[in-house]
Amino acid sequence: MILHPAIIALYLSSFISVALLIYSSSFAAMILRKWDIGSGSELQLSLERRTYLISVILSYLFFFQFLSLFLFIYTADNLHNLFTGSMCAAGTLNVNQYGYPVLVLKIVNFILAGVWLIINRIDISAHDYPLIKNKYSLLLFVAPLMIAESALQTAYFMGLNADVITSCCGSLFSSDSTNITSEIASLPSLQAKAVFYISMTLTLAAGIVLCYKNKGGLLFSILSLLSFVISVAALISFISLYYYELPTHHCPFCILQSEYGYAGYYLYLTLLCGVVTGIGAGIAGRFSNIKSLAPVILVIQKKLIIASLLSYGIFTAIVTLKMILSDFILEGY
Amino acid sequence: MNSRIEIQRNILDFTLSSLLRRKTKNAVLMVVFTIVVFMLASIIFFTNAVKREAVAVLQNSPDIVVQRLSAGRHDLIPADYIKTITDMKGVVSVKGRHWGYYFEPAASANFTLVVPDDGGEEGRIVAGKGVSRTMRAGDGDILPLKSYKGEWVVLSIKGVLKSDSELVSSDLIEISEKDFRKIFGIPKDRFTDLSVTVRNPKETLTIAKKIKDSFPDTRPILRSEVLRTYDSLFNWRSGLLLIIAAGAVLAFIIFAFDRASGLSAEERREIGILKAIGWETSDVIAFKFWEGLVISLSSFMAGIILAYFHVFVAYAPLFEPVLKGWAVLYPEFRLVPFIDPFQIATLFFLTVLPYTAATIIPSWRSAVVDPDQIMRSQ
Repeated sequence: MILHPAIIALYLSSFISVALLIYSSSFAAMILRKWDIGSGSELQLSLERRTYLISVILSYLFFFQFLSLFLFIYTADNLHNLFTGSMCAAGTLNVNQYGYPVLVLKIVNFILAGVWLIINRIDISAHDYPLIKNKYSLLLFVAPLMIAESALQTAYFMGLNADVITSCCGSLFSSDSTNITSEIASLPSLQAKAVFYISMTLTLAAGIVLCYKNKGGLLFSILSLLSFVISVAALISFISLYYYELPTHHCPFCILQSEYGYAGYYLYLTLLCGVVTGIGAGIAGRFSNIKSLAPVILVIQKKLIIASLLSYGIFTAIVTLKMILSDFILEGY
Repeated sequence: MNSRIEIQRNILDFTLSSLLRRKTKNAVLMVVFTIVVFMLASIIFFTNAVKREAVAVLQNSPDIVVQRLSAGRHDLIPADYIKTITDMKGVVSVKGRHWGYYFEPAASANFTLVVPDDGGEEGRIVAGKGVSRTMRAGDGDILPLKSYKGEWVVLSIKGVLKSDSELVSSDLIEISEKDFRKIFGIPKDRFTDLSVTVRNPKETLTIAKKIKDSFPDTRPILRSEVLRTYDSLFNWRSGLLLIIAAGAVLAFIIFAFDRASGLSAEERREIGILKAIGWETSDVIAFKFWEGLVISLSSFMAGIILAYFHVFVAYAPLFEPVLKGWAVLYPEFRLVPFIDPFQIATLFFLTVLPYTAATIIPSWRSAVVDPDQIMRSQ
């Protein structure tokens, strides 16, 4: 275990999140069982008041979830020189088996949290809380995942032991078997480029169809999720190489460093924004037949589609410009 | 869209005037919050700056240092090891180093005696700033040191080291090889340790392994290992201080929670009136959100700015002894100001997050009160 300030901060944030989540989940369970909008009972009134609290708690929680995703990567990156053979976050996350699962869970939870906030936003725009059961079911689904994330994160940090000099000899002789691999498997670049541009084009087309013809909401959600996964793969396969100008360094984390102008932050930000609003747009479409939502749902859906397409558009534009303007030629030999 | 921003702006305006109306009460909270942030920020800024300093200094240290161990303790290394190691492929050069510690009873401090690469000039030394300061001896003065036999070796100071490297050179004395052997009684064919220069950094590990195989009684120490050990040491020290400071943070959180839940009659009436004239619960929650944001962000920034001055202008008088170590000859050095977003984010998580979490439920409770109930109870 390493007593680094950032690790203490991440522990603190995950413990607070878990406590607030358990608190919210207990009310979510009660709402699912006892909610009756037509009733004027004491219980219903107090539940209606509670929904404000839960909304506020979760908005804060999900905002911190977003920050902690980046703090986690940054911490992993910052700790890399404590481990033999590790060059950046990729190596640190590989130190024990929990590193990558924590990262994946953090991303999944971030997306789910974003979708929850979108559903919440739609729900409170109508007078009769039409989506209350959906949103609290989703909360009960997200809560265990977030608790698992905290548990795994604790296990990950507990399992980190810096390779420091011991009194008998340098560490490399006492633990030379645990050399960390910091390379990441990647797809061949030409194929990855083709798949990346095709997926972006398809998402754009689906978004336009959904916007004008109001058809294919589910397809748009699936495509935007696929585009997210493909874009991350593309980042590893070829995009990052244009930033490093090195044909061998496939690392999705180093672009977050200051040497590359913190390029990773806006690239990941646009991707995360794209996937959350993309999935949200598809889900919003499914509620269009609810009467009390009818006047607002199309407006919200349109906004979400535009936000998603804009995010992916900015991402594609930045990446394409980087590839065109760079002196680096990837398929040059 | 614009009207929504306008609404929030008005709520923020109202929040500010409401905060100003209760100046003393809010000022106390902000002062305490600022002190908490200031303490944590000082710890984090100071350790990071010292860490950077150490890394910068160690960049020039040898690729591998070879020490000999005898009965588990550091021992003098025979000169004939040099030949074998020099012959290894990939090794550029091997140098025998002489260094040691000399306890000076007059100053009750340890000096570090080092023989420079060129062997030094017999009878003359170069002293570090700290040595010159404590012994009150400058250029041209005489500094007598006692040898292992109890005889005095008289040395004259030919120069004082410049202060820009004071972190490493404060307690340093550069001495000639001959005087060094005379003071410590070290035989001619022995060195303190060996410094090995390697051509290709990627081969350092292999060469270290070869040295260990050829001389099982040695311990090769890589520069990367030294850096790593320093890194963990400073992480550990700052983490430990943070854990100790956690008590203060906790006390502050309880204070903030208590303050947020114990609304005064006046505040309750204010919220009651707001709701009676048409504010929604969500508006009151927004009002409470802005209140929390104003308090926490102002205190957070004030704390950070104070910590910046404490660490980089005043050189952290509060924490220095704990974080730097226990040497008697404290070096006086200027820390290079260095703050990155990572440190700020860590601080944000350690202070603003728990404050926010502690005030969510109390502020909701005050937002959902019934106007009718409040007015009736007045």
